Amino acid sequence: MTHKSRSGLARLGPLPWIGPAVLLILVVVVWPVYEMVRTSFLKISTSGFVRGSAGTDKYQKLFDEPDFGHVLTWTVIWTLTVVGLTILISLGLAQLFNQQFPGRRVTRWALIAPWAASVLMTSIGFKWMLNQTAGVLNTAMTDLGLIDKPEDWLGDPSTAWPWMIFVAVFVSLPFTTYTLLAGLQTVPGEVYEAAKVDGTSTWQTYLRITLPLLRPALLVGVVINLINVFNSFPVIWGMTQGGPASDTATTTVFMYQLLNTDMGESAALSVVNFALVVVMVLFFLKVSRWNQEEGR
Amino acid sequence: MSAVQTVAAPRRPGAPSAAAAVRRRTLRPRTVIIAGLAWLLAAVFVLPYVEMVITSLRPADELRDATYLPRHFQWSNLIDVWRESNLGDNLRVTLLVAGGSTLLVLLVALPAAYYTARVRFRGRTLFLLLVLVTQMFQPTSLLVGLYREFYQFGMLNSVWTLILCNGAFNLAFAIWILTAYIGSIPVELEEAAMIDGLGRVGALVRVTLPLALPGVVTAVIFTFIAAWNEFVMGLTLSTVPQSQPLTVGINNFIGNYTVQWNYLFAGSVVAIVPVVILFAFIERHVVSGLTAGSVK
Repeated sequence: MTHKSRSGLARLGPLPWIGPAVLLILVVVVWPVYEMVRTSFLKISTSGFVRGSAGTDKYQKLFDEPDFGHVLTWTVIWTLTVVGLTILISLGLAQLFNQQFPGRRVTRWALIAPWAASVLMTSIGFKWMLNQTAGVLNTAMTDLGLIDKPEDWLGDPSTAWPWMIFVAVFVSLPFTTYTLLAGLQTVPGEVYEAAKVDGTSTWQTYLRITLPLLRPALLVGVVINLINVFNSFPVIWGMTQGGPASDTATTTVFMYQLLNTDMGESAALSVVNFALVVVMVLFFLKVSRWNQEEGR
Repeated sequence: MSAVQTVAAPRRPGAPSAAAAVRRRTLRPRTVIIAGLAWLLAAVFVLPYVEMVITSLRPADELRDATYLPRHFQWSNLIDVWRESNLGDNLRVTLLVAGGSTLLVLLVALPAAYYTARVRFRGRTLFLLLVLVTQMFQPTSLLVGLYREFYQFGMLNSVWTLILCNGAFNLAFAIWILTAYIGSIPVELEEAAMIDGLGRVGALVRVTLPLALPGVVTAVIFTFIAAWNEFVMGLTLSTVPQSQPLTVGINNFIGNYTVQWNYLFAGSVVAIVPVVILFAFIERHVVSGLTAGSVK
């Protein structure tokens, strides 16, 4: 009976079951990759008409763009700083919210707010709170004596950067913390009991037992955050739109700025961007295999 | 060994051992410090949204006042905002896109996940790899390609386009989590039901689906929230205010010279509140969902 019914399902072949999923992925994910690469070699007017081939001109133009260098540098700094801070703070938060204390449920519920709310709206909220005239953060910092007078934080790249990093970390913390909390729950309680019997200190227990057992969760947190933060358009768009000029733009924001002036060049940057993501994905696949083997 | 086999069965979010709980209850000062810290952090996470609500209730002539609270709360803002903008249209688009893409994901992901969990077919590993890679690519890195594709289809400003796109980019997560859940349900249960004369589809609907319900709920809510909050594709693929989702529509309150902050945040509150409530409902499932979906 078992055997017969299984081969009955198998005889239909996988297509009716996985076909729709594959089709959807082909149309919405794979096709745009082809379109994007094609567009990067085309001359296209701002209204969308194709005016012939451009060869590699658009790539040349992109690499000659005076802002390109610092946009790339800023993208790398941005991604590494935000992901690093997010992981470090989330490790602390996960440890804290894994404890038993009164109000644990309510506080964990509060922690979820930035995850549930749209990132764009959160970012605009911070932009408003940093408003020079009436922003509540300016008011509070003035009242606390931290600053002499309200400042235009987002108008100057040197002060806009730290605030944007702050907001990006703020919206990344809930997911990361919850991933680590999920990881902590897979650690059996007996392990801690054993360590306690052995007289290992709390800090030693954390470094030697908890952290290694958290590795799969950490890996997921790092990778998802790397991809998210590298692509995190809404935070920057919501707060500065990459401005003044392109001073606070990452590659994705710069790509969107170029979309309005030269679609071919924008596509060229997308291809560069895409290549970077592919490298990250390959890296992930390699590391996760390593992770599985080590875990055995 | 294939990837899905290594995904652990979903765990119930459980409290740490009873012994640990009793021990902690006796350490009062430590608990007080932990609780205090947690409550403080919870406040930090919620305050930006409280400020948004406060701002949404400010009268227009108090928007430039650097005060923590307005002199009087103008509740009519929450009604006027519907007249002052396309908020009604935007809300309709967001509801259709979030609802439609969730339905699409469910229709496409369920059969694929069921088949992948139950049958070792040729190309299974390839299919799972395709799904994994899709999860890594975000719409931001494919924007230009997406725009070009749907421009050529003449499908810009269409709800269907946004449903397709949101569906496709949320498909991967749903397939992963559903495969993990269905894989953890013993085949024998289904076979017993088939022996009782239910047939394969009957067994799937009456036995497997109810058991996989927590996974289905998690997948549904995650997809719904992601589509509800989606910004970049909405911004790129919808150019007229009436066909924009809420996340894009609220930007129309940002003018060249003035920003109607009170209306902007009234619109944001409309967008954020339902999702935060939805998320609060599944807070318990989030940890188990993440354990099943991503953390091995």
